[in-house]
Amino acid sequence: MTEAVIAEGLVKTYGSIRALDGLDLAVPEGSVLALLGPNGAGKTTCVRVLTTLLQPDAGRAQVAGIDVLRRPRDVRKVIGLSGQYAAVDEYLTGYENLDMIGRLYHVGRTAARARARGLLAQFRLEDAADRPVKTYSGGMRRRLDLAGALVARPQVLFLDEPTTGLDPRSRTDMWQVLADLVAAGTTVLLTTQYLEEADRLADSVVVVDHGQVIARGTSDELKAQVGGEVVEIVVADPLRLGDATRVLVTVAGGGGPTVDEHVRKVSVALKGDRPAAPVLVESLRELDAQGISVRDVAVRRPTLDDVFLTLTGHAAEEPTGDAELETAGTR
Amino acid sequence: MSVLTQSLGDGAVVAKRNLIKVKRVPDLLVFTTLSPIMFVLLFAFVFGSAIPIPGVNYREFLMAGIFAQTVVFGSTITGYSLAEDLQKGIIDRFRSLPMSQSAVLVGRTTADVANNVIVLVVMSITGLLVGWRIRTSILEALGAYVLLLLFAYAFSWVMAYVGLAVRAPEVVNNASFIVIFPLTFIANTFVPTTNFPPVLKAFADWNPISSVTYAARTLFGNLPAGAPEPTAWPLQHAVPYVLLWVVGILVVFVPLAVRQYRRAASR
Repeated sequence: MTEAVIAEGLVKTYGSIRALDGLDLAVPEGSVLALLGPNGAGKTTCVRVLTTLLQPDAGRAQVAGIDVLRRPRDVRKVIGLSGQYAAVDEYLTGYENLDMIGRLYHVGRTAARARARGLLAQFRLEDAADRPVKTYSGGMRRRLDLAGALVARPQVLFLDEPTTGLDPRSRTDMWQVLADLVAAGTTVLLTTQYLEEADRLADSVVVVDHGQVIARGTSDELKAQVGGEVVEIVVADPLRLGDATRVLVTVAGGGGPTVDEHVRKVSVALKGDRPAAPVLVESLRELDAQGISVRDVAVRRPTLDDVFLTLTGHAAEEPTGDAELETAGTR
Repeated sequence: MSVLTQSLGDGAVVAKRNLIKVKRVPDLLVFTTLSPIMFVLLFAFVFGSAIPIPGVNYREFLMAGIFAQTVVFGSTITGYSLAEDLQKGIIDRFRSLPMSQSAVLVGRTTADVANNVIVLVVMSITGLLVGWRIRTSILEALGAYVLLLLFAYAFSWVMAYVGLAVRAPEVVNNASFIVIFPLTFIANTFVPTTNFPPVLKAFADWNPISSVTYAARTLFGNLPAGAPEPTAWPLQHAVPYVLLWVVGILVVFVPLAVRQYRRAASR
């Protein structure tokens, strides 16, 4: 399969911060790759390099077979970019925004108009088409921004955190829109800090932290690295959480426990394909024997959250305070 | 398509975008035109009552100066708007398109010219209402307007560079005010410079804004009757001196601004 995007050894430093530290990735044509990582991991910087907005200090990149550093202008003809902040002009109407972008892609006046109307219909923005974007909701702006990235029917689409800041409904909407695009065969590189999003949309996932790739594979492969099913137990009495943890670890026989004192929850990932039900039953029996009352139990498939925690030792979705760092570093 | 025609074509698309904004947010235009009207009235009636200039009605003397000050301030919209576009990520979008690299700046500075034309019309009408008169020919008056607009156009490229370098719209506004305000006051814009202290007088003589004002004043026929010929070279050759500045500013700041545009978003 031909690679639509190739990045090799990308390095970008800002003072002492290495935003990209030898990052490699490849996206096969017609597939979706999710760049997953916490704020400040270098996801946005990577997209900015691949979309010609930023010169890396070292490394090489190709998009649709075109050298990004040597022929940035030719790359711009075949890509679409939708950023983290909806980059649409709020004083223009939705139609005017798309028409302008079409004109700047040099598709011709008539084609630009037709394409603008077509995209507005496709993204369910027809009713708002002739209203200034100022009056749009966040979800509508994001859809319009994505429509802008699609004006020239790009071969490769870059989406930088397409759903960050959207409410759950708009997010689901957006996922549907993206799923349709992917079904139509567009190559997509998207960044996200939502594990569920990568899980849902991407053929393969690249996990980044501190500007480096720390894991890659399909989301199932990544989950396999972490282990099998996860058994979770919530105890009623916070003081007994330690005892419960010991019981669960003993019964499960391995796998580091994850303890969340705040919600009095302990969870353990089971090794390989060991079935969870017997472990759960035995644990409950033992907990009961020790007089530890249980509020809630669950068995679940590992999420990419577990993957991230295992790989980096810290959670993927960090408090928003770090967003400042990313903004200062990459914009 | 040649580089130049594409730059102009793309520039026109961007200029249209900027002008739509003027239409959608009329307050912007209202305030950019109200403040010059206010200036005309304040200077004409407040200062005018205290500044006697022999040989001419102060209101006539004043207009060329206010025109010059206003169009220079008008060109700061470029800096402010570019900083704003940068902040909102719109420059990123433009930079990811296969468009001419200079088009965003060409479009922005051109839109400023359109803005300045509207402002000049409004101020001229106000001036005419309070007693300003063009005492030469239409052609010479047009020459004065063109010179004012040219100078302002060149100046918006300075502001384009500043806006992209500073990146914060509010800072651009405050910074440009601090620089431009004295620049337009230490000149012959509102009062004759004859009694300025020597240092200020020298500054005013070589200040291109003095030359713009002097040239416009001459072309409108608003020079005080019997005023002595200026001794400073930039005023004796006001039009070529201004054109020299226009060319000089463009030669330096067009490449600087374009370079800054390419890098601005790349941080």
